[in-house]
Order: sequence, then C-alpha cells, then structure tokens
Amino acid sequence: MSAVDVSELVKRYPKSAVNAVDGISFGVRPGEVFGLLGPNGAGKTTTVGMLTTRVRPTAGKATVGGVDVTADPVAARGRLAVVPQRSNLDRSISIRDNLTFHAAYHGVPAGEAAERADELLEQFGLIERGNVKPDMFSGGQAQRVMIARALMHQPQVLFLDEPTTGLDPAARLFVWDRLRELRERGVTLFLTTHDMQEAATLADRVGIMDHGHLLAIDTPDALMRSLPGSTTLELATQGGDGAVLDALGAMDQVERVEAVDGRIRLYLAGDAPQMVAPAAAVLAEHGLHLDDVKLGTPSLEDVFIHLTGRTLR
Amino acid sequence: MSQAIAFRAVLRRDVYVTWSEFPVFLAQVILQPLFLLFVFGKVLGSLGYTTNGYTDLLFPGLLALTAVITGMQTLAFPLVVEFGWTKEIEDRLLAPMSTALVAAEKVVFATLRAVVATTVMIPVGILVLGSIPWRWSGVPLLVVAIVLGSLLGAGLGLVLGTLVVPNRINIVFSLVFTPLLFTGCSQYPWPSLDRLPWFQVVTACNPMTYVSEAMRGALVPSVPHIAPGICIVVLVGALTVLMTVGVRGFYRRAID
Repeated sequence: MSAVDVSELVKRYPKSAVNAVDGISFGVRPGEVFGLLGPNGAGKTTTVGMLTTRVRPTAGKATVGGVDVTADPVAARGRLAVVPQRSNLDRSISIRDNLTFHAAYHGVPAGEAAERADELLEQFGLIERGNVKPDMFSGGQAQRVMIARALMHQPQVLFLDEPTTGLDPAARLFVWDRLRELRERGVTLFLTTHDMQEAATLADRVGIMDHGHLLAIDTPDALMRSLPGSTTLELATQGGDGAVLDALGAMDQVERVEAVDGRIRLYLAGDAPQMVAPAAAVLAEHGLHLDDVKLGTPSLEDVFIHLTGRTLR
Repeated sequence: MSQAIAFRAVLRRDVYVTWSEFPVFLAQVILQPLFLLFVFGKVLGSLGYTTNGYTDLLFPGLLALTAVITGMQTLAFPLVVEFGWTKEIEDRLLAPMSTALVAAEKVVFATLRAVVATTVMIPVGILVLGSIPWRWSGVPLLVVAIVLGSLLGAGLGLVLGTLVVPNRINIVFSLVFTPLLFTGCSQYPWPSLDRLPWFQVVTACNPMTYVSEAMRGALVPSVPHIAPGICIVVLVGALTVLMTVGVRGFYRRAID
C-alpha cells in the first residue's frame, strides 16, 4: 500500500480560468522521502492542501495512509501531520502544552503524551525551554517545535511545506539532520520546496511541478542523468546573440546550449576544462570577451530549466 | 477514534487558557456592564436623575447585554485573528474531527464564557446596587434567557468572525457593536417605546431585544415586556439562521 496515492487530481479555484492543479498522478512509498519541487504558484501548496484535507479537490482521488482524503477527511487527519512554512503554534500556551494538547486532539492518552513530549523536546534541543510560550521563539526554533508537535500523534505521513525557507544556515542543517533521523525511523516525509539543494539532499524521489502539471518524477540522480550532457560549462560574457549560441553549439563535445540569466551554459559530453579555451576562442571570434567561467555537473536546477525553460525564482 | 475525544480536548484547551488568565477574563467581560450599572444605576439614581424603579429594569437588560456581548467577543475576535494572522486554528482544523465540530466547539466555549460572565454579574449587581430585582420563580426563565443570550452572542460572533476580512475588523466591529449595544433594549423596556414607533421597529429587529425582554419577564414581570414565549421563539429562529450562516462561513474559511 502506498503512503500517498494521487490519481488524476484536479483543483480549480472558483473564478479562476485555469486549473491550479491539472490532473496529476503519483504515489509515495511508505518510508520514502518525497520532494515536490517547483516555483511559487506551481501548484505545490494546493496539492499538499488537498492531501491534507484543507483544499477540496475538483476532481480525481487522493489517499493518505490508505484513507481517501475527500471521502473520509476525519480519518485522514489522524494519519497525517503538517508542518507549515509559517508558525501556527498556539501562542497562548507553552511549547510543552502545544505538544501535549496536539496529542490530546489526536486521542493520545495524557501519560503517553507527556513521555513523548519529553522525548521530542530533548531530541529537538528544546527541553530547557519547554515552559516558554512560542512568542519568544525564533523562526528556526518555531520550526523545530512544529516538527516535534507534528510527531506527537505518530503520523504515517508528515507533510512539510518549505521546511527550511527563511532559516539561517545552522538552523537549516539542524532541521535537515532531524529529518534524516525521521527517515531512518521509517516516517514517510512529503516535502514541498523551491530549494534545489534541499530536494537533492533530502529526497529519495523528486517530483517537478509547474503550472499545475507534474513534469517529471524520479530520483534526483536519475533526473540529472536524464539530461543531455553530463557536465556543464558556464560562460559569463557581455551580450551573446543567436549566432554565438549556434557557433558554440556546433563545437565538438557540446550537446546543448542554453542562455540562462545572461550566462551561456554548455552541456558537454566530455571534460569541461578542456573546453574552456575553444569556447573562449569562439566568443572572441564574435567579438565577445569571456568574463568568468564555471564548471559543473548538472543539478536539479538544470533539470528544472530543461523541463520548464525557466529558472526557479 | 471518536471525534468526541478531539472535541473535548479542544474545549479543554480553551478552558485551560481562560482559567490560566481568569482575572483578565473577568476584567474583560465585567468592566463594561459594571460601569453601565454603576453610572446608570448608582450615580444617576443617587443624583436623582433616574427614578427608583429604573435600576430594576436596567439590571435584567445588563444581564442580556453581558451574555450577548461576551459570547460575541469571545468568538469573533479570536476567530478573525486565528484565521487571518496567527493561523493557530490550523492545528485544530487538522485534528481528527469534522470541521463543523471545530465550529461547534467555538460556539460551546463562547457560550460557556458568556454564561459564566453573566452569572458573575448577579453578585456584582448586588455589590453595586445594594439589591437587585430577584424572583426565585423566575429562575428557570432566567437560566433559559442567559443560555439563549449567550448562544445568540456566540452565533453573532461566528457570523462576524468568518465574514469579516482581517483588515476590516476594526471598522466592522465599531459599525456593528455600538448599534447592537444600544438597540438591544438593555437600557429600556421594549413596550415603553410605543411613544417612539420608528425606534420600536428598529429595536424589534435586534435579536438582543428578546434576550433583554425575557430577562425582564423572569426578574421584573410587573414591568411591561414582550411575552417570554415570543422571545424564545424569535431567539430560536435567530439562532437557527445565525448558526447556519456561521457554520457555512466557517467552512468557507477552513476549506478551500
């Protein structure tokens, strides 16, 4: 049985001319870390909204933990947990109370809830601050509390919306470490992110979404391998028209050329360093000066650009 | 798992928060009726601007006012804030209970708070006025009026809290609150308004009028008032409309 199963899911908001989510289908296996990647407005949040019973699908079907989210939202809520991007902690009560009341909503007996709260506060480095109200917390701390809270009722699937957006680097690494621990414990994680590094670091599989469509879904490695050209050479130069791109594309070993944000990116079949001098020569022939070069292997970002024709931000 | 467990846990959370700041709660809900009682009942009476009997018809009206306003404030303000800014309500919307039950819990809790606040007004009235109109045989009707008035406030709060967009809250509340406060017959009995027919019509449209009149029917039946039976029927009707609109509005805010 899949942890999450989505079939031909559609959402059209009232008064909207287009579908926010346009007939997507995919599955997430139990224990898997799945990343839904896409720019703002791609339909990620709407998709997660439908999976977490807060958005009513226009058509199609979705199950979480084997429960149909439209037919039985109450049961589905017992099997999932959501960590939103912005803090929605209960400000009237302490951190510990946030955890124990959440457990109580989900029918966890008080004694068990208290034990779990201690464990989770310890694990998330919050044990000393359990009696503090969330107002006093930074974004990173609130994020940790929300993850701990979500785990209080031992959900089958944990949804995290942009889990580290806006966190400082240290807080980000801390959250990533905790999420890796959860993966090791077999919790199914469903992340949405527009952060390529986050998706590549954490996710077993990544779905790339744009304009309500799921464009590709695979492991990060397989997605990157699917790109023509295994290495890239990025050239920074002033200008560069179609003729330059054609000339660069005609070189040996060059499989593909793209102009991205004022840079020219070559996807190569061979070694990138050897191509620097010939590429500079081509630029010179067209009266262009090479300002900077960057060598690289393709990233998820390249996959995204390849699929959508634009950058994420 | 039964949804009743989730419902009770959410209710327990609200009671827990109120209990932990009980003095603040009391100050919040009692101050306004207390001052009204003091100025209109005590001060004006002592200065001879009102007749002796005035406090007798004012006091039941202030009980109605306390019930309705407390119910409304308890529900509307937090709801607008929770849906609009803090999003605190999300954790409850994701609890394993139906969305209608989350709304119902809000109503039950607001009603509870309003009943407590109104009940507290009774000793407060004795303290301020020295004595209050009281009839043991009127207590059953008084209880009914307190509960219906509290529910009415909660219903109004649910409708306002779900219809109002956050950045309009100040305007809407001042536009709704003050008229509601002064057209609800808390400071005057409705039948006496026949000298001011247009205002009598206006006040008849405010459901709070029927709470005030039912309170008078319970405590000071000698003052002309609308028959309690009519009050109860009108209030039940108003509640049905408010709850239907309110729960619908709640769904609209909770689920896209």
